[in-house]
Amino acid sequence: MKRIIVCLKQAVDVSQLKVDPSTRNLLIASAPKKISDFDKNALEEAIRIKEKLGDTEICTVTVSADEAKTVLREALAMGADKAYIVNDANLKDIDTSGTACVLTEAIKKIGDYNLILCGETSLDSFSGLVAPRLAESLNIPQMTSVSKISVEGDAVIAERTLEDAVETVKAKMPTLVSVTREINQPRIPSLMMIMKASKKEIVTWSVADLNIQRERLDAKIDVIEVLAPKTERKRVRITGENAAEIADKLAKALIQEGIVGR
Amino acid sequence: MSGSKGVWVFSEKYDLALEILGKAKELADGLQTELVAVLIGSNMQEKASELIRYGADRIYLIDNAELGRFQAEAYLGVLHNLALNYKPEIMLIGSTKNGKPLAARLATRLNVGCVPDCAKLDIDDRKRLIGERITYGGNATARVTFRMKPLIVTVPARAFEKPEPKDRNGQLIRLNVKIEEPKTEVIATKPLETSNVRIEEAEIIISCGRGLGKKEDKTLLDEVAMVLCGQVGCSRPLAEDRKWFSEWVGLSGHKVRPKLYIACGISGVIQHVAGIRDSKVIVAINKDEQAPIFEVADYGIVGNLYEILPALKEALKRQLQ
Repeated sequence: MKRIIVCLKQAVDVSQLKVDPSTRNLLIASAPKKISDFDKNALEEAIRIKEKLGDTEICTVTVSADEAKTVLREALAMGADKAYIVNDANLKDIDTSGTACVLTEAIKKIGDYNLILCGETSLDSFSGLVAPRLAESLNIPQMTSVSKISVEGDAVIAERTLEDAVETVKAKMPTLVSVTREINQPRIPSLMMIMKASKKEIVTWSVADLNIQRERLDAKIDVIEVLAPKTERKRVRITGENAAEIADKLAKALIQEGIVGR
Repeated sequence: MSGSKGVWVFSEKYDLALEILGKAKELADGLQTELVAVLIGSNMQEKASELIRYGADRIYLIDNAELGRFQAEAYLGVLHNLALNYKPEIMLIGSTKNGKPLAARLATRLNVGCVPDCAKLDIDDRKRLIGERITYGGNATARVTFRMKPLIVTVPARAFEKPEPKDRNGQLIRLNVKIEEPKTEVIATKPLETSNVRIEEAEIIISCGRGLGKKEDKTLLDEVAMVLCGQVGCSRPLAEDRKWFSEWVGLSGHKVRPKLYIACGISGVIQHVAGIRDSKVIVAINKDEQAPIFEVADYGIVGNLYEILPALKEALKRQLQ
């Protein structure tokens, strides 16, 4: 294996996202960011493949309107060899089609690769479209929803978890694999690894460096609004002297709601 | 694409195609255009007639022994060719593990947008299609529209009701297409062990989270579920981290909308809440009174599930008699 490319998104940490209750708007600008969980699994898998096969370069690619340096440093600390970022203010409003386009051109510029690993979806936008779009525009095989990978000769064998079956598929490299969170438990880099990472290279490109015409990045969809859902719950606390009393009150409430019993 | 018309439906999961047809009919009527179903597979004649009864005005049938089971490139090639030749306005594709990547690749080939997992779809007063999807890990709902045709949307299972079949007329068009070479080879398929009843269909669900000390203690939930004729679910950590159970309720697992959802020892991270938001009544039992699950619950009990559940079983038995 010569080179594995891992696509990394800098995602909004949705568990720390706050909502303005008066407008139901999300306070995205103030939310912390991190490597999208699924992509971290993809990176971990790349590192495990390298540990097994040796002599492999792991490159991460990130497309972002921000610098995303801390995210890239974390990836390098985990075990990536080199981090590429396409960082450009023009990328602020791109959709999945634009992201896939930039990734495509960046990967072509990086050069030959055997395997592209992506997260099945992203932590924040949760669309799951970028990986298949990327495979399509690179015209390579794709294996999505993968929970197990093995490399055998010039092929990758992967287990895909579908709705009602586990499917084992095989594709010749170069190929793209998108992974689920079940595939592994990503490592937490040690202090030593973090220190070593500071010497590793981060390559920054702009959209112009990739010769992408501006119109290829035009959004193909329009987001009209993004609002937190209304929560209209009763929020009744049921209390009592002991479990039996509490349970009695709850059972009564549920029967009164007309949702249990006849 | 100029002159685009028609609302198209495709899913390699036939039941999902039927579900989508109901909504698609409404959209097609709103746009005063025809409803088309694309059917790909082997020996599909009967299903083609059935799709007409379920609302399709026209069926494009690609009946080929080689297409008996889903193949990414072959199915993609068929849809791409059909879209180029017949120029649909809207394409609704079932959002399955195979269907979503299919839609994404089709959108890439056609150089158009794609909006995944729309559980709500409407035509607004400007005749635009508006899709709604959950985003930011369940923190928000995005309303989205499109800039170019065809509009490609993926639709999750159980978002829309299967329509009532009626005797009606439709046009069946059989097509032969060149089958695109596969890029991957399926070497084995193993059916997943799933419970007989799908949790999405359960009217009452009682779920456990990290508050459950050991796997065997699930019997506490089983017993309450038995009294309520409900099903037992769990949160992601029990399925993924502890590997106790195979499937979980939540945004990345099963999205459910029962009449009653009882969350036991579940803290209520946003991804879990997004999977249960449409439940009619939510009950939370948790030792930690600060747990976010209480924010989205109709009834909250600060307490130990090991004490509350056995008491609840007895109370329900008594009161339901």
